[in-house]
Parts: sequence; C-alpha cells; structure tokens
Amino acid sequence: MTDQDELDAILAGHTGREGALLPILHDVQAAFGHVSEDAIRRIAHALNLTRAEVHGVVSFYHDFREAPESRPVLKLCRAESCQARGVEAMVAALPDNPRVAVETVYCLGLCSVGPAAMIGHEVHGRLDAARLGALVESLA
Amino acid sequence: MTTVWISDDAAALACGANAVAAAFAKAGCTVERVSSWGMHWLEPLAEIEGQGFGPLTSEDVAAVLAGTSDKAIGPIAEHPFIARQQRFTFARAGKTRPLSLEDYAATGGWAGLKRARELGPDATIAEVTQSGLRGRGGAGFPAGIKWTTVAKAAGPVKYIVCNADEGDSATFADRMVMEGDPFMLIEGMAIAGHAVGAGKGYIYVRSEYPHAIAKLQAAIALAVPYIAPFEVEVRVGAGAYVCGEETSLLNSLEGKRGEVRAKPPLPALEGLFGKPTVVNNVLTLAAVPWILANGGAAYADVGFGRSRGTMPIQLAGNIKHGGLYEVGFGITLGELVNDIGGGTATGRPVRAVQVGGPLGAYHPPADYALHFDYECFAEAEGLIGHAGLTVFDDTADMSAQARFAMSFCAAESCGKCTPCRIGSTRGVELIDRIRARSGRAADKVETLPQMHNARKAPRTLTEDVNLLEDLCETMKFGSLCALGGFTPYPVLSALKHWPEDFGMAVPDQEAAE
Repeated sequence: MTDQDELDAILAGHTGREGALLPILHDVQAAFGHVSEDAIRRIAHALNLTRAEVHGVVSFYHDFREAPESRPVLKLCRAESCQARGVEAMVAALPDNPRVAVETVYCLGLCSVGPAAMIGHEVHGRLDAARLGALVESLA
Repeated sequence: MTTVWISDDAAALACGANAVAAAFAKAGCTVERVSSWGMHWLEPLAEIEGQGFGPLTSEDVAAVLAGTSDKAIGPIAEHPFIARQQRFTFARAGKTRPLSLEDYAATGGWAGLKRARELGPDATIAEVTQSGLRGRGGAGFPAGIKWTTVAKAAGPVKYIVCNADEGDSATFADRMVMEGDPFMLIEGMAIAGHAVGAGKGYIYVRSEYPHAIAKLQAAIALAVPYIAPFEVEVRVGAGAYVCGEETSLLNSLEGKRGEVRAKPPLPALEGLFGKPTVVNNVLTLAAVPWILANGGAAYADVGFGRSRGTMPIQLAGNIKHGGLYEVGFGITLGELVNDIGGGTATGRPVRAVQVGGPLGAYHPPADYALHFDYECFAEAEGLIGHAGLTVFDDTADMSAQARFAMSFCAAESCGKCTPCRIGSTRGVELIDRIRARSGRAADKVETLPQMHNARKAPRTLTEDVNLLEDLCETMKFGSLCALGGFTPYPVLSALKHWPEDFGMAVPDQEAAE
C-alpha cells in the first residue's frame, strides 16, 4: 500500500464522523510519524476545509509534528510534582545523547511516583539521575 | 493455588508491577490484575488473601510466598491510610478487575442507572441537586443546576461531554477512575444522558494517558447493552493543556484549534456543535452512580459548609505517603500533609504546598489550619482546583516556581486573549530580572529623542516587583479563562509568602499586624 492509499484509507475510515479532524490527524501522525504538507492539503480537501484551517490545527497541538522525528523519543515529565522530586537536577546532569530525543511533557499523571517518563506507551516512575541516564542509553 | 492481586494502574506499572506479576505467575500463582488501592508509595503492591505486601520487586516474590517477607503491611483494608478514608467514588479501588462486568455488577454497579430509569429524568436531576455535588474539575459549579439548564434547553440533540483532560500536575484521580473503574464513569454519563435527554456522550481524554484510553475503549464496547440507547465515544486530545478548559475542549472536539470561547453563550445552552451540552469532569460524573444508588441526601450528609460529599484528594510531589485519599470536605491541609502524607519523602521540612495544580496557590505551613473546602481556600487567596497537592521541601526556590508558572502559561496559552498570551511572556522576563536583581535600564526605543516622556532612569527591584503585581492583576481580571486568570495565584502567593526568594525584605511580622 502506498502512502497515498494509506491516507485515503484513513480518510475513508472517518467519513461522516462528527468533528473528525483530530481523530484523522492522530491516525496520520501514527501512520507516518508526522503530518506533511501534502497530507494537510488532502485532509483539507476531504473535510471541505481550507489548508490554513488544517494547518492551524496541526500547529496548535503539541502532539502533531510537521516534520518526522527519526530518533527514539523519551517523554520526561517536568511539571511541579516531578520538580518537587528533583527532576530539574536530573535534567541538568543528563549527558547529551544526540541519538535520543528527550522531550518535555507536562504531566503524565504519575505525580505520586515521580519523576516519571514515558517511552511509547511504557511508563517509568521513581526515576533518579542514574535510572534516567540508563533509560536514555537503552534507547540509543 | 495462591491467587495474587496486583494493580495494573499506570502508577503501579511505572513502578514495575508487570515484572512482579510475571514473577508470581512463574512461581505458580494465579495473578489477577485489579485497580489500585491508591497507596502509591507501596506500589507495586500485591494482595494475597487480604494481606498486603509492598513495594515489591521480582526478587521479593519468593519471600512473600514463603511468608518471610519484610514487606508485609498486614491487612490492606485495615491500613490506616485506607481505614480513615470515606470512599464513595473509589469504593471499588483495589477490589475489582477494571474490565470485569461481573465484578462491577457484584459491587453495586448499574444500580444507579437502574434507579435513575425508575425515577425518570426530573427526579434524577432532583437527586443530584439534593446531593449538593459541585463540579470536581475545579470551578465547583453545582452539577444539578447545570443539568437543569441543559434539560430545559430546547432541541432534540444534546450532548454529555466528560472532561478527562486532566493536565494539572499532582492530579491523577481521573486517570485512576478511567483505568480502575471505567464502568462507573460510563454509568455516570448514561445517567446524565438520561436526566437531560442527551443521546450521545464524548469522553475527551488527554493523549498522555494511553492506558486510560485503552481501558475506556474496551469498557465502552462491553457496556453497550447496559447503557443503550445512550452511546459513548472516546476522543483523544493532542497535548494541549488549555483543552482542559471546557470551551476550548469543545472546540477541540469539533476538530478546531483548542481556543477558548467567550461566555456567554454558556455551553449548557450552546455547547458542542452549538447544541446544549453538559460538560462535567470525570470525578463529577463518577460520583453520580453512588448518589443515585444511595440517595442525594446520603451524599450531602458528608462534607463541610457548601462543599458537600467527598473529594478524592491526590497527594503528590515530595511526600512520603503519596497517593489517593478520598475523604469528606473539611479535612485540614496540615492533616493531609503531615498525618496522612507523612511529611516529605526526603525527610526535610516542608516549605510549600501547592494546592490545585499549576494554577493553584503555594501555601506555607502557616496555612495548615485551612479546611479543604472551596470557600475556605478562596478566602485564603487559593483554590482547591482538582484537589491535587504538591509538597515541596525546604530546598525549593519559590521565585523559580513563580517563574515556572508564568513560563507554563506562556507555553500553554491558546493565544486568544492578550493578558494571557503576552502577559505570561512579560511575566517570565520580569521574574528573570527580579531573580537576577538586575533592574531594568531604558531600552533603545525609550532613549530615542522623540520619547521625551519615557522614563530614562533604571527600574529598581521594588518597582519590578510592583510591576509584577500589576501584571498579575491584569491577567487575573482580564483573561478569558482560568489559564491566564489563575496563573497569578502561584506567582502572587510565592511573592507574598516567600519575599526573600525574590530579593525582597521579609516584612516585619509585628509591624504587619
């Protein structure tokens, strides 16, 4: 199946759905790792929206990327509860690893067992500098 | 064969519950995955014939089965953390398998919906009104009044929207309901739909909660015959904190940018797709089955002042006994932090407790006598919000926390209104200057000859602090929604209680009084 067919299949799967844009964008993001200019144009056409409207939505939400991230991603919570448990010092001590993308999220809902991180759908709690470093290394 | 109960709540998974479960299974035990009791410092917690063991690693399994483990905590239900609670919403926590219809029905499930159908819509709303249930998302608006407005609104199409965009740090009660007792939330939504005449419900869950999304989708598929003709659908957010605000959530559901709408019109009259819509938090809707099954009066019997019923309070941050503590309103902040939470995890003195997430005020230990109640916290220039507590020890730098509040607002602002969009960025700059004690010299434009009215003298620290207070005033009263409107709470409370962190002199206590 080509990318074009796959996008068509995604669009067809949401035909007639109320407020379909976000579910479509989630599917596109999951399938292609980003929402490309071409995808924006075709989604806009399918939903009878302007490209500007779809671009506005894609750029508003943190989850949708306009360019793919080829590296493995570790999402690290740096909100207040994880700050209270020392996440900022861990970030400062984390060796830079160009092969892993460490992204900040505000809250994984693991505030009682922080500092917390998520890789894909896998959650990790009670991190310290060593465990965080090991997690990043394991992805590299 | 020994049966072991281990939670599959995300907090337990994050602490390694799957590895412990696998080790028990390997040792020949039957492992049942249940919801979490809410004692998160003991996760992964295993329960065998009512006895608890935790926090476990796979290496502890042999000792637990041999009866020699030093991680035994005795009967779980009698643990002081559990025994002192009043669990209405979390009555099933730790006791049932989240996706078992059998467990749900055996523990009083569907009784609320059955009674609502017998009572009819009007009497159902009357029951909720009588319970005194107020919106648990933070605003504390009476649920019964909101439902009445929607029920009376004209039109054949109405919606129930469950706000499960739980983005506040220190809050995880919504997540625990969705992962641990999803049928209860679905039942609550079906009752709301029956009461106001809505046929369709949406649960808007944040994308940071993949486990909750999976559980809800599975639970909805199983619950279809119980709630029909009412339908529920899960919609996934996309990482925007502001979508927890109800009008921006509605825009997001409609497939738009999650920008806040001006009110009026109220969502109750013109909500999702312009139709009358009930927007309630997860905890509000999850409280409804209990209220219908046991009666509104029984719920209203518990509580404090105008805050009736129970509140699932979330203890987080640098706290020894973190987890979920459901209790009637009126408990004091000091009891929560010290008696129940056991103080800080690091063992150092508590410096500040932030109540209500990133938009909540920082309270010093001097506020420990405050009763947990919407009005008491409002009087103390704070808010209870979604009832999350973040404890900080004495290493916390409160001007850094104030700066974070502003930078968080700048990152998450939807951009619709100026005080929030620009004010937050100016606030970060201002706090940076205050922290650097640098003052501010006139900039290039101000020194132009045309700008003869512009001030040339540098601004002092005191003037910068006054300006910060002024900015907070503008944000508080000029913003469209709670993001810009409440960001001043953490900033001003930090400034008020810890002026030394901003380089200001500590006011003389006696002179102040």
